[in-house]
Amino acid sequence: MLQLKNIGYRVMADGQEREILHDINLTIEDGFTAITGPNGGGKSTLAKVIAGIITPNEGQILLDGRDITACTVTERAQLGISFAFQQPVRFKGLTVRDLITLAAGRTLTVSEACAYLSEVGLCAREYIDREINASLSGGELKRIEIAMIIARGTKVSLFDEPEAGIDLWSFNNLIQVFEKMHDTLGGSILIISHQERILNIADRVVVIADGRVRAEGTRQEILPELLQGNTTCSALTAKL
Amino acid sequence: MDKIEKDLLEQITGLHEVPQGAYNIRANGRGAGRRTTENIDIVTKTDKPGIDIYIKPGTKNESVHIPVLLSETGLQDLVYNDFYVGEGADVTIVAGCGIHNGGDGESRHDGIHTFHLAADARLRYVEKHYGQGDGNGQNVMNPTTVIELAERAHMEMETTQIRGVDSTVRVTRSTLADGASLRIRENLMTHGSQLAETDFSVDMNGEDCSADVVSRSVAKDTSRQVFRSCINGNNRCTGHTECDAIIMDEASVSAIPELTANHLDAALIHEAAIGKIAGEQLIKLMTLGLTEQEAEEQIVSGFLK
Repeated sequence: MLQLKNIGYRVMADGQEREILHDINLTIEDGFTAITGPNGGGKSTLAKVIAGIITPNEGQILLDGRDITACTVTERAQLGISFAFQQPVRFKGLTVRDLITLAAGRTLTVSEACAYLSEVGLCAREYIDREINASLSGGELKRIEIAMIIARGTKVSLFDEPEAGIDLWSFNNLIQVFEKMHDTLGGSILIISHQERILNIADRVVVIADGRVRAEGTRQEILPELLQGNTTCSALTAKL
Repeated sequence: MDKIEKDLLEQITGLHEVPQGAYNIRANGRGAGRRTTENIDIVTKTDKPGIDIYIKPGTKNESVHIPVLLSETGLQDLVYNDFYVGEGADVTIVAGCGIHNGGDGESRHDGIHTFHLAADARLRYVEKHYGQGDGNGQNVMNPTTVIELAERAHMEMETTQIRGVDSTVRVTRSTLADGASLRIRENLMTHGSQLAETDFSVDMNGEDCSADVVSRSVAKDTSRQVFRSCINGNNRCTGHTECDAIIMDEASVSAIPELTANHLDAALIHEAAIGKIAGEQLIKLMTLGLTEQEAEEQIVSGFLK
């Protein structure tokens, strides 16, 4: 269980202090939680705060009751937090197999590595020895990013807009991947998304706008209001 | 061979014992073993130090290993090796130099390798340079490679220097005839206060010849690297040169590509990029549970793979 207590984060922009996150309080139980809300509302910042990439100005983060606020990115990863980036990183020289192996944290047989790629709809034989470089498309990189999270199999899996950059054909596949993950991966799966079809498979939905939690509840509680387009989330519903 | 020499041999050839096929091992300035085959002859030069290697036309799937090992401190070794690869042959040559310098003198090996590839010959040439030793003496290697490719000949050169060479000036000169192709891959890492200069020059004289010269390097600590790559397109041809360098600590890297087109249909490209390891690359690997140092090692070893 992941708990965020009174998380606040500010940055200096053009000589003025700007508040990005304001007094965020969330408890993420096991199961599938979708975080949604308008662009610029603080969702990705919140994901980086959870992964340890951004240090909040105030507040506490607890993983299974343990305070991890001061833990580094590496320590949090080792404690069981995985983070799929919105913009996957390219590496000259490192191959798909290298990254999947690093993610799994142990030596993998070719068939084990291939199994993770097949999970995300990539024909493993074609990809396993390819470099993570500019020759891979954005959609391919996103799927490899997701395969790494599956290979890690940690208790908290965090995805920042996994659908961004994925074409429509692949998107159907992606929904199936998350549906399967919901059944098999266990732990807390936290997905930042604008896609109604992803929100539709979530157990709980959190709406974040202007750096604050605007709504939180079960899918059945939150989605109808969200899709009707109340004032809080007009920017979001425009995207759905 | 003693243990130090065996260790050096393993570092530069990946072999624990004497190689398969033809070989000539030079240890501390003297011949330490040679084998010839029906198709590959090795002859000691009479006018200067070194050997001539003759590969018969049509020889396929054979290899020649010519490692050089230096384990006596202060030894200055100069050698001329000439390779004659016959028409239509398709072979692999593995060279390399390993220095173990446990003393205070400068150990130095200057190898001048000249490759004469006849028409339609194909050659894969692999060379590794490696230094070790706990003394204060410098390990110096200045390899010169001269490449002459006849019609439709093809050569791939993989040159690697990863550790322990304090100073190196690597000069490669090549000329290409009609339809010849040359592919060079350099992998280089410098550390401490090492200096590495690379100087590639390709004269593309023949019609429809091609050259692809790519260097990947990592400069650590206070080391300094200079990469020069000069391609002259003197006929209808295609040429590409690329220098990709990661800079760390207080190191310095210069990339100096030079293209000259002396023919209207010469198509020449150069690319050069120097930069530190991207922060997002480190963070990505740290989110997989690696420490910053482990992440850095993975990125560097992948880059130089």
